[in-house]
Amino acid sequence: MGEVEKMKKEAEGLKTEIEAARKAVHDTDMAAAAAGLAPAPRVQLKTRRTLKGHLAKIYAMHWCTDNKLMVSASQDGKLIIWDSHSGNKINAIPLKSSWVMTSAYAPSGNLVASGGLDNMCTVYNLKTPVVKIIKELDAHTGYLSCARFLNDADILTASGDTTCALWDIETGKQKTVFLNHIGDCMCLALSTDMNTFVSGACDSLAKLWDIRDGQCKQTFQGHTSDINAISFFPTGNAFITGSDDCTCKMYDIRSDQEVIGYQDAQLNSGVTSLALSMSGRLIFAGYDDFNCNIWDSLKGEKIGVLSGHDNRVSCTGVPSDGMCVCTGSWDSFLKIWN
Amino acid sequence: MVSKMSSKMAGSNNLINARRTVQQLRVEASIERIKVSKASADLMRYCGEHAKYDSLLMGIPTSENPFKDKKPCTIL
Repeated sequence: MGEVEKMKKEAEGLKTEIEAARKAVHDTDMAAAAAGLAPAPRVQLKTRRTLKGHLAKIYAMHWCTDNKLMVSASQDGKLIIWDSHSGNKINAIPLKSSWVMTSAYAPSGNLVASGGLDNMCTVYNLKTPVVKIIKELDAHTGYLSCARFLNDADILTASGDTTCALWDIETGKQKTVFLNHIGDCMCLALSTDMNTFVSGACDSLAKLWDIRDGQCKQTFQGHTSDINAISFFPTGNAFITGSDDCTCKMYDIRSDQEVIGYQDAQLNSGVTSLALSMSGRLIFAGYDDFNCNIWDSLKGEKIGVLSGHDNRVSCTGVPSDGMCVCTGSWDSFLKIWN
Repeated sequence: MVSKMSSKMAGSNNLINARRTVQQLRVEASIERIKVSKASADLMRYCGEHAKYDSLLMGIPTSENPFKDKKPCTIL
């Protein structure tokens, strides 16, 4: 048998072994385990702020760790820094390329980043008298779908070129390239200890990566279309994904499998974005049908909806103090709910 | 000569890819997995312990809500 044939046979054997090992620990699922749990209360949130200022579709938003400021990105070619309490705009940063797909706030509050169809991640300093570009991170060969700062020196990116990368902002070079997806990478989420991250891609897979050694440690199947959104559960032992297949799923890292799905026969719009409440009990998922649905993460039931946008909800975010949820839309508005 | 070279290259690419796939699967197969019942119990316990701090779940008294509706001020 040729070597390639031998390798293919070994690969098939390993896949069977992995499936069997997953099955062996699948003694229940999350919904069954939570059957006896009191249901989450019916959640009815009100719009507290409607942030008006963008002139075109909003594609991304990200909270600052101070729980007050947030950055939003629109294809009107601007990043806006908002004070969510007053509703005032603190900064409007013009973008070199208006085809923006992601924005990120550094944990320090000193920097923000943006990127999109220009294939670059641009990092800005907010603390100079006039906001300045400090670096253009240019090496991806496909669009930038997501960026997240580890700190003021390091940033992770996900790209349509099927890779994720860890960059040294000062040198502008990629420190590590994460290679394993076979479809455009659409989203990433960093673990709180910053040793690992998870990514979702158009190959319908989610992957867990070790930041230090660059290795893909685990691959999670189940979705049947592009994974557009991903977020860690607060313990870091599980994560939630949202997909064009109109469902969200929770995967447990230590069981190495899907433990519950969030779907409804009447929902036939793709999931664009998601965010979790502070305890992890509530999932806020933005959909193409203009709504943001609220799911009980443990029981898998839909317990509320945020209606109010006049177009697709493209981004969702809950600040670290859990005091509200922000939705951003193609209708050009951001709304703050609690 | 050129076609023989390129099919040799394609052949070795196939082998490199096949080796990489096996290498990756070996890493993924080697992990320890815990029972879903234990994973679920841990998730439920976390939610239970932290529910009281979850403002979106519990609701926020108006006096403590930084986003409470701004009332218009009239200056007399």
